Order: sequence, then C-alpha cells, then structure tokens
Amino acid sequence: MTAEEQSLRHATAPDPYADERLTLSPFHARQAALNIREAWSEWNGYRFADYYYDVEYEYFCIRNTVGTYDISPMQKYHVEGPDAEAMLDRMVTRDVTKLKEGRVTYVCWCTDTGRMIDDGTIFRLGPEKFMLTCGSPSLAWLKKARFGFDNLTITDMTDNIAGLSVQGPCSCATLKAMGLDGIDQLKPFNIAYFDFAGSQLMVSRTGFTGDLGYELWVEPQLALQMWDALYAAGENYGIQPYGEAATNMARLEAGFIMPDMEFHEALKTVHLNHDQSPFELNLGWLVDFKKPHFNGRRALLEERERGPAYTLTKLDIEGNKVAEGSWIYADEGCSKHVGYVTSAMWSPAVKANIALAMIKTEHLKGELWAEIYYDKELRQYEKIARCTVADKPFWAPDRARATPPADA
Amino acid sequence: MSDYDSIIIGAGHNGLVCAAYLARAGQRVLVLEAAAEPGGLAATREFHPGFRVSVAHTLHHFSRKIVQELGLTKHGYQPGELMNTTGLSADGQHVSIKGNLVKGVSSADAEAFSEYQAMLQKFAAALEPFWMKTMPRIGKNSLKEMLTFAQVGLKLRLLGADDMREFFRVASLPIRDLMDENYDSDILKAVLSWDAVIGSTQAPRSPNNTVLSMLYRMTGESGGAHAIPAGGMAGLVNALAAAAESQGVELRYGSPVKSIAVEGDENGQRATGVVLGDGERLTAERVISATDPKRTFFDLLGARHLEIEFTNRIRRLRTDGQVAKLHLALSGLPNFSGVDQPDGRLIIAPQMDSLEFAWDDAKFGRLPEQPALEVLIPSLREPGLAPTGQHVLSAHVMYVPRSLEGGWTETAKAELQGKVMQTLAQYAPGIEDLVLHAELLTPQDLEEQWKVTGGHWHHTELAMDQMLMMRPTYEAAQHSTPIPGLFICGAGCHPGGGVMGGPGHNAAGEILR
Amino acid sequence: MKRYDAVIIGAGHNGLTNAAYLAKAGLDVLVVEKNDYIGGAAVSRQMTEGWWYSSCSYVCSMMRQSIHRDLDLTRHGLILVPYLGTVNFGDQVGDTLMSYHAEGPAYNALRKRNPHDADAMFRFQTDLNRYAQLIRKTLLRTPPDPARMRPRDIQELLFLAKEFWSLGERELYEYVRFFTMSAADFLEDYFEDELIKGAMASPGIIGTALGVYSPGSAYILLHHVMGDVDGSIGAWGLARGGMGAISNAIAGAVKQHGGEIRTEAGVEQIIVRGGKAVGVALESGEEIYSDIVVSNLDAKRTFTKVMDKKDLPPGIYEKAKNFKIRGSSGKVNIALSGLPKFIGVPEGNRYINRGGQGFCGSMGTMERAYDCWKRGTWSEDPFIESVIPSAWDPTVAPTGQHWMSNFIQYCPPELADGPWTPEKRDAFGQTVVNKIERHAPGFKDLIVHMEVRTPHEIENEVGLTEGNIFQGELTIDQLLFNRPFPGYAQYRMPVKNMYMCGSSTHPGGGVSSACGANAAREILMDLKRPNTVPEDDCYDE
Repeated sequence: MTAEEQSLRHATAPDPYADERLTLSPFHARQAALNIREAWSEWNGYRFADYYYDVEYEYFCIRNTVGTYDISPMQKYHVEGPDAEAMLDRMVTRDVTKLKEGRVTYVCWCTDTGRMIDDGTIFRLGPEKFMLTCGSPSLAWLKKARFGFDNLTITDMTDNIAGLSVQGPCSCATLKAMGLDGIDQLKPFNIAYFDFAGSQLMVSRTGFTGDLGYELWVEPQLALQMWDALYAAGENYGIQPYGEAATNMARLEAGFIMPDMEFHEALKTVHLNHDQSPFELNLGWLVDFKKPHFNGRRALLEERERGPAYTLTKLDIEGNKVAEGSWIYADEGCSKHVGYVTSAMWSPAVKANIALAMIKTEHLKGELWAEIYYDKELRQYEKIARCTVADKPFWAPDRARATPPADA
Repeated sequence: MSDYDSIIIGAGHNGLVCAAYLARAGQRVLVLEAAAEPGGLAATREFHPGFRVSVAHTLHHFSRKIVQELGLTKHGYQPGELMNTTGLSADGQHVSIKGNLVKGVSSADAEAFSEYQAMLQKFAAALEPFWMKTMPRIGKNSLKEMLTFAQVGLKLRLLGADDMREFFRVASLPIRDLMDENYDSDILKAVLSWDAVIGSTQAPRSPNNTVLSMLYRMTGESGGAHAIPAGGMAGLVNALAAAAESQGVELRYGSPVKSIAVEGDENGQRATGVVLGDGERLTAERVISATDPKRTFFDLLGARHLEIEFTNRIRRLRTDGQVAKLHLALSGLPNFSGVDQPDGRLIIAPQMDSLEFAWDDAKFGRLPEQPALEVLIPSLREPGLAPTGQHVLSAHVMYVPRSLEGGWTETAKAELQGKVMQTLAQYAPGIEDLVLHAELLTPQDLEEQWKVTGGHWHHTELAMDQMLMMRPTYEAAQHSTPIPGLFICGAGCHPGGGVMGGPGHNAAGEILR
Repeated sequence: MKRYDAVIIGAGHNGLTNAAYLAKAGLDVLVVEKNDYIGGAAVSRQMTEGWWYSSCSYVCSMMRQSIHRDLDLTRHGLILVPYLGTVNFGDQVGDTLMSYHAEGPAYNALRKRNPHDADAMFRFQTDLNRYAQLIRKTLLRTPPDPARMRPRDIQELLFLAKEFWSLGERELYEYVRFFTMSAADFLEDYFEDELIKGAMASPGIIGTALGVYSPGSAYILLHHVMGDVDGSIGAWGLARGGMGAISNAIAGAVKQHGGEIRTEAGVEQIIVRGGKAVGVALESGEEIYSDIVVSNLDAKRTFTKVMDKKDLPPGIYEKAKNFKIRGSSGKVNIALSGLPKFIGVPEGNRYINRGGQGFCGSMGTMERAYDCWKRGTWSEDPFIESVIPSAWDPTVAPTGQHWMSNFIQYCPPELADGPWTPEKRDAFGQTVVNKIERHAPGFKDLIVHMEVRTPHEIENEVGLTEGNIFQGELTIDQLLFNRPFPGYAQYRMPVKNMYMCGSSTHPGGGVSSACGANAAREILMDLKRPNTVPEDDCYDE
C-alpha cells in the first residue's frame, strides 16, 4: 500500500471496499512507486502490473540489462512427507523420482483423458519436500490427486512466500553485487540458498524469458528489504521492474506457452476438445512413458500412437504486419483453413514477425499462409502472408545456459 | 504361465456365479474367500448356540436363467414357497399382500392394486433385457451392443403408446406420488414403499430413484414376492458353491486377499495376480473382484494405480448403508396380534411418513425416533435354523446411519436396540420375555465383519446416477476397469445389489466375449 | 357478436407472449384476465402509496432475448439490468459470504473462507455453464413425443441426441448423473465450506417441494442459473419498474399487433361443443366464441376448474388431479423507510446493495426447513432470498426509501393444524422478519408496510394452484415430453382446438416467455400460417 493510499484509508476508516480490493503483493509499495502509468491488472486476486513505464523499454531491460518481475501471485504449494514424491509423480507427466534435491523441473499435469490442466515447476527442496508452482489455483486438484497417499501434507504457500524474478544479461552481475557469493556457479534449474537479513533467501536459476535469469524466494516480511538490496545492486545496470506485457513478449520469443493464449485449462473448459494435450502443445518431451503410472497415461499413450490433432508451431511470417488472431490456411487463396494463431508479435530483438499457432498436424509439412488484418489510419486492410515453420525458439542466447555467465 | 486363468476375490453369490460360468467355459478358476464359508452377506452363521441366520434373509429375484444354466437345482437349490407380506397395523387391521391380491384394504384399493401391480410387472418385464446384459459403453461399442437399448426401447414401445408414456412418467416418480395416485390405505402405501427405498438414502418423497429400484426388485418370475429357499439362504449359497466346484472351480476359504498385484512397462500396467494376507502370491491372467468398488479400487488395488478423476468418482459413490440388522434368538414363537401365522414378511411402517421421518433423523446422523422394520421369522419356514420349538427372528431396521453422530458406542447400540424392541413389542406384546439372545448389527458392524464398505449390502446405493452404464461409474461399467486384467463382478456393478446374480453373470459374459 | 380467431385465458407473461405472436401472424386475438390488472405473477402492484411491489416473481434471468428483441420489448418500455453481486448469510450472525461482481474480489472472498473452494469454484462454474448451454438450446423448441415418432418427433429427438453427443462420452454421463442427483451430492463434489455449499445449493430449492438432499434438486439448481443477462450465464437481472414492466411491454406488443386484452374477465368455463373448444364463458355469464382457445392457466386449474370433466377424454381429469403442483414458497414484500444495515456486510459499500441477499445458512439448515414443510409447518429458520430493487431502481419506492422482496422456502400450502388463517399468515411473516432482524438489527423499525403471501394468497390472487411458482414441479416426471402430461407436451390439449401456453408446459417455470412462444408456433403450424416465433439465439454457444 502506498503512503497516499494509506492516508486515504485512514481518513475514511473503515474502508467499505477493503474486502473488495485486490490483494497487494509484498513488493507492492516499491512497485507502486515505480508504476507511474498506473497500469494495473489482476492475477489470482492480486493487484498486478501490466506495465510500469513503457512496454518496449521494459522488454529491452530483459534483453539488454536486468529486469524484475513479481511472481508473488503465482500459486505455490509445499508438498511434504514420505508419500510426496509418489503423489506428485502420479499427478504430473514427468518423472519426479529423477528430480534431485536442489533441482527444479518444468512439468505439466493432465486430466484422466490427457488434456492439460496446467503447467508449472516442481522444486525438490528436500528428500521428502517439494514446492509446486503454477499460474492458476490448483488446490482442489491437488486434494483430489492426493487421495490414496496418506503420508503427506499440502500447504498453500502462495501468501507466505514472496517471489521475484530477476531476468536479463546483467541479472547474475546484479545478484553478485547484492552479495550473493557464488551465484555465478548456479547452474540452470538449480537451487541455492543465501543468508539474508538473518533469514534465508532461496534462489533458483529459472525464469520465463528464455534469457539468463533467476528467481528469488523469500519470506514476505523481508520482501521490501530484499528489493532495496537488489535495486541498490542493480542501479548501475539500469534495473527496472517489468510487467505482464513485457513478459508476454519475452516468453513468446522463447517459445514458451501462456495459459489462456496457447492453452485453455482443461478443468475450466466448457466445450469438448477446446482444451489441449501436451502433444498438441509440443510438450511431448514432458510426457515420460518410461515411468510408472501417471494421470492421463492411457489417453496420452493412445494419442502418441495416433498423433495429436493440432501441433503448436512457431511461425516466422513474411512482412511486418502482426498476425494476432489470424487464421492459418494451407493455400494463398485461403480456401483451406488449417489453424489459428495463438500469440503473435513483432520481435524487436530478432527483427522478425513471429507467432505461435495451432496447426492441424497433417498440414505442418505443407504451405502455410496467415490471413492478417491491420489498419492504416483507421482504414482496414488485409494481407495474406507466407509463414515459415521455425524449429528453434526465436530467442535462445548461449548466456541463458552458460555457467558461469558473463558479467554483461 | 499364470497359476490360474481367473482369480476371483470373494465367494459371495456374485463371485460364485461368475466363477461357475468361467469354469464352465473351460477356465482354471480360483475363488478366494476371507471367511470360513461362502456366501458373504448371504452366508448363514450361528449367532447364538443352536440359532442360525443370514444377514440377507430372503430371495425375491434370483435369476432363473442362472439357476437353469448352472443347474443349481441339481445341486440342491429349491426356491421356497412365495411369502405373504403383511403390513402391521397397531389396531390389528393388518394389510396382507399375496401376489397381486391384497386384503385388509378397501375394495377400490384392492382393485387398483391388482391392476397397477400388473402394470408395474409389465414395466419390470420390459426392463428385463437391461438386467442380464452388460450395459453398452456409449460411443465405444459396436452397433450390436447398442441394441440392448434398442431392445428395451422396442419392448417399451410394444407396451403401447399410453403405457410407454406412463412408464416414462412413473420411472422417475417418487414412490410416494405413485402410491398416493393409486391407493388410499396408509399401510398399503407404506408396505409397497418399503421395497422402493430399502437400503438407500432415498425416502418415499425422493424423486428419480425409488420406482426404478422397485422395478428392479420386481424382475423375475415372482414379480417381487419374497421366499426363503430350502435350507435357508445357505440352500442357495451351497448350491452355488457346489455348482462352481462341479465345474472345476477351486474354492479357498479363510484366504483374505491383501492386495491386487500390478505390473507395468512402457505400454501400461496390468493386474497380474493377488497377494494373500499371509504373503503368498498367486498369478492369473485376470483378477476379478466381487468385493465392493471402494474396497476393490482403494484397499486392494490402491488409488495410485488409477486416474485421479476416476478415483474421485469412486470415492464419491454413495456407499453408506442405512439398514441395521437385528437377530433374536427366541424361546418361543412371538404372538403378533392379529396375525395367525407370522411366516411371511411383516412390515412395521404404519404410513409413508414413518419411513420419511425415520430418514429425516438418519440423514442428520441420528437414530430414528421410530424405526421402520421388516420382520421375518425364518425358522417357521426352515425349522433347522433354531432348536425345536424355538425361533429366530430376523429384522431389517431402517433408517440407521452408517456414521452416527457421536459414533457407534455401546450406549448408542443399546439405545437403537431398545427402540427396535419397543416397536416390536407394540405389535407382539411380550416378545421381550422370549428373547434368549439379541444381536444388533449396525451398518458399521456389517462393514467391519463382512468387509463391505459402508455396510451397504448393495455395495453402492441403487439410484439412477449410480445405475446402468453409470454403475459403479463410467469406465468401469462394463466390468473391465482402467487396469487391464482387473475386472469387477460384485453388487457394485450393473444391474446392482440384492441376491440376483446379475453382476456375476454379466461379468463372466463380458470376460468370455 | 364478435368471434375471435383465438382467446387466451390469463394475461400472465406467457399468455401475453402467445397472444403477441398470434396477433403478429394476423390472428384476431383476445386475452381475458380475471384480475383488474395484467401480468399474472410478473406484476408490479402499488400495495401501499408510493411503493410498487413485484409482488410475486421478482428477478429475471430466463427471458429469451430473441423474444425481447423480436417483440421490440425495449420500445414497449422494458429494460433489464443485471445484478452486481450478492451476499449470503451463514447460520451464525455476522458470517457472510460476499459474491463480489468482479472475478478477482469474488475469488479473494472465497479464498479467505476456503482456498480449496475458491479454486473449485472455477470448475463448478465451468460445469454448470456446460450443462446450462445444452439445456438452453431446448427452451424455444417443442419437445418430441417418443411414443409417436412422427417425422418432427424424430427430428427433435435427433436434435437432442446430437447435442448430447457433442458433450463427448464422459460429459454425457456426467450430464445424466447431474440431471438425476441431489443438489447436495452435486455440490459435495466441489466444495468443503458449509456456507459456500449452502449458497450454491439454495437455487436448488427455490419454488420446489424438494430439499437440497432430494434427488432432482441439482436440475432445479440449473433451472435457476441457466438464464443469462446479455450472454453472462447465471446472471440475474431486474426489470426497471418491477416485473410488471415485462408484462406491460409484452402487452404493448400485443396491442401493437392488433390484439385485445380484457381485464376483470375471469373465465368460468371453456366451452366445448362436439369435442371442440369453441370459446369461453366468463364469470359474468358472457360467452365469447373463438376458433381456438389457449389456456395460460396451470394444468391442474385448466382441467379441473375451468373445464367440465365430461368434456375431457377419459383419464385426463385424473392426470390433471395427479399433476404435481405443490405449494412450497412464500413471499413477503416489505416497504422500508431506509436501507437495512446487515451485520457482516461492509457498511457504505454502494455496490453490494445492487445485488441480492441470501439467508441460506448451511445445506442442513435448508434441509431442516424442508423437513418442517413435510410436517405441515414452517421453519423458524427458513431460507429467504431477498433483493432490494429500490437500491437502484428509483421507480419502485419513494426517493430515499426502499422496497425489499423476500422469497421464502418453505411455506406449506396447508398447515398440519388446519388451513391458513390471517393470524397464522402474520405469524409466518413475523418469522421472516425475525430472521432478517437477527442479521440486520433495527430492521423492524424500518418497516413501513408489509404484505405476506403464503401459497394460499398466491393461489387466490394469481390463480397458481397451491401457489406453485412453476405451474408444476420441475421433476423428471414433469419435464420435457412429460410436461404437463406424457403425450400432451406439444401444447395441443386433448380437446380439439385447445392449447396450453403456461409454465405447466415445456420448458416450465420462470419468466422466459418460452412456453407462450412455443405454443404460438404450434398453433400457427396447425392453422397453416407462417411462423412468427423466432429461433433462440443460443445455438452457436
């Protein structure tokens, strides 16, 4: 809460809308001060920045210097106990038993019929202790999934852990300057712990930008202190908070999927097959048939045999008109509809007109054309642009994986 | 090679039926039973020296097809003489039902009863193709299986347009409405309601399930009338065991199964056998469980082998029994005022509200203020069940919650027994002086002693959302389960509970297909 | 003497809708109404100077928007405005559950009570939407008759089959289960918190003689939430000027197309000659003749009160007598000098009063109220669904003062100790006031005027048998092709030239106009006239 807000509340106490206002992140005071455009949206009941100053500027902080992104509203669950590993292993499609202590892995989980409920990360914090993070509330599903696994507890830690993502080429340098000795030795998807203000700061080398980056996890009481230390350390690198809009650009270049754009959560889907499977989302590599039973296994095995109906595809589109919401055709004459664009943008870093699209699998090998609508001074135009399938992410710098990473 | 073609868990009547059919088709079959004798809830046991009784105490729709195909008569099974059902009245004006005739009611009621009973029997007959066949799986079966629906549709159509429409209306009607539409006599209405609501969390005012449950129970040649087979319920159970053994089935008693063994590889998992209580492992091409769905999937298999939503659906099944059982060893024949020979079913529920209000107590986890009873003195039919001149009284008590507020303490049991005895004494004065021994089995006792979840003798409540292709739930309604090699054949399968044999019969058919 | 093409009995919203569509097709129609006002149960009445009560129905969500648009109801003065949010009150005073209008705050309010339930709510809403979307597609259609199987029956059956099929195997089973199970069983699969379950279950008992534990109540729940306001499924709306504004607007459409409406013209009997309905005899003795007669009265009233048993084919009278139309609801309309202050509701929040109040408590509390109804009495702790429309409809109460609509479940049609008397009615009203007073101390002092309606009053005034708001229970035995009776679900009645158009017909109760419109379509088909009834606009959902 800003000082201004606080005084406002005291003036008219009690606030009749207190209950109706969005939850404020532990970092809110600092972020609100920097959000001079008042560009707020909402995530899981938290007030959440869409952007702070300028979307493109924030995007370039990720690609050029260092930026911070508030992941406190992300859902965090501790799953602890002798049955924790088995329970998670049955729930997600990846082999959790192979996850070593101090490591993080990207996972997804599915309905009985192999449709994707959500994706997220699992942190192995101890032999029998895990943290699951994900974009949407999942407690109801976790409680269903834990039936039959008696020796474990599930704790919703969302409000008890402040999370801040620190991303960009100068992220490691900034953390070093902050005094996190040895941070440069932290390998991708590894976890390290540092003493901070008499408590513990957990750092994982993870992120959602496809770039060098870390995620910082701390108790909410220390959030502002940590912020101040981080921003003091990053001052010379031009550290800057970024919001949802810049995140969305960075993740699209990296080829990461976004809920409500690339996939519609299965448990929130009204219409048959309007949700997606991991194979359709090109996440087949997350589905491990070598491990024992996991939810959706039978359906997924069948789908692997027959092939997915759609395949999420990275497209490089000719010209510079953004293909947002475009339909994809197999011919320039637009007579055969074969897919639709889920996300699209002009990539400022790689100077390309890029998109993610759901394409009917049998048409992947053929010609692909996007029907793009755009306007020039309010007048509407249409363009049919040739699309090229890209095999690799548009943005995947070596520094994202280098250990130790270069300082800038 | 596996030890057996099929291992069946549980020697209740459905397990035995299934075993006999599989062995008849040439399979090597082993039936494993935890108890020392076959029969499950239909097993006859001594509850007091010289006095024997079974929890399930009558037969009313045991499949004639099974009797014939398995040659049960040859093995000693004789269906008993059909019983009267008498609705007791405090003033001695009892209502007595025999077949489609009723006495003790107005002539209008008597006429309506004969007519409407015949109509219901027509409906029951039209539904018959449903019961002794596996339900088709929508969208997954060939046209041939979908013909079951067509067959029933045709049978309904052959009833004529008016009767067909009447069927569609009454099938979901609360039994109370059907009774009120047809009869005046309170006792007649209550007695007929009994068969529609017994064992379930349904009361006379509950829509959707009660008439269908009644029609299910009316299936078969007796039209719903009850009987005790020669030799008591043991007569049937022993015949089934003998028939199974004559086909080469191996029956092992006192062999509780600890778990179902599952093995897996990249192509998925498969049930490969069972682990017994003593650690012995037996392998089989398939494991068939005659136990209830929750016990099968959770206790014996383990939820970790199943899908999450499937697990949840099994978990959500209504499996709490609502019936307690009272067994009395009596030093003489009790005198039910106004009843010449109490050798039929005696129902104590003066009006439909007696049932409704008893349920109102039970649904909040309380003992019924006024329990409703179905009383039988099986020793009148089968003298061997008690020493000469002495008798066994067997009573179903409704509604008795599985989870009683405050738990099933000895005090609570005594309180319930007191209420039941008080009710009995209203109709049979002096009965309390004849009692040599009383055994009260609450649903919790039934659960613990017979290993039936919730103490529910239908394993899973018979209600529309848990019937037909939803019994016990879709993806397991065709006896196969999400685990290849694991099948289910108990009362939790279509068509349902009661001593009928349909689930065992249908499961065998599905496995042999 | 003038002879009409069609006489419609009862100027409720369905009768008026039917008349409007027949008139639009060029028929000479007359609507006869026994009261001195139109609207039936969709009515706004000035019961005390300055206050206009929607004395029976009080919210609107099922009104078919294609009819709204087609009959130009907005031009005839109708505007429907959506609710903003509601408050549900728990068994303990001060325990409240806010359903805020925006998703984030609504989620937070749930999360504060129970994080599991906050998450489960997403799946609950998704599943209800799925069920609602399917059932909505049947509203403006005539049910097939599976026992007749004429080409149209087959066509409609195939339509239903196709819609079911499009759910996919699993959801198809879930749908069948949902249709037959109890609201309680349905909700137990989603929620843990007693008040959240109570709040979600309460639509499952509104207007019905079932409890939350009764199988079939899950469907009733859906019936109340399947409506929408401007595409937002489950949203409820208020009609500016009260529910009478709906009837008045439809009446405007009737008149625009040349139809006539006569009030204070109660029908004594439908005149049947030679097996054909030929007109109506009014209570005044006047006889009005017409080619067809359409009854907007409920099925029981139609066949047992305004028709002679000898005019009916055998069995119909008995079917009507057995028609389940149980009185289970009461209504208390209260004029208030100011807005009540509810404990547990933030004072001064100007938005939360733009919705309703549900005094539901837990499912157990509601079930106990049902148990009282079974025993011919009312609960001291009844379920009350309230709304204060004057909080943002300035036309229904004097400026600064308010009107509160309270709908009570349950209220028996007859009491165990004999029929309703004015004293018992007032005692019932006091029970309601006492419960509200518990949650809003000082409430009693705000009361300017109060009108208590038990099933007895509702029946006497509006003509709904036993005061049943749906014109017949919404159980499977009386839904779709069983409504009102099997074989007569296509709006044609057993007497030639006679039709029914009220809520006793498919799709049942609620201010939807669907029954009246469906009946009009069937009548026009029989008369070989072009159809004037629009298709629903929900098919591409």
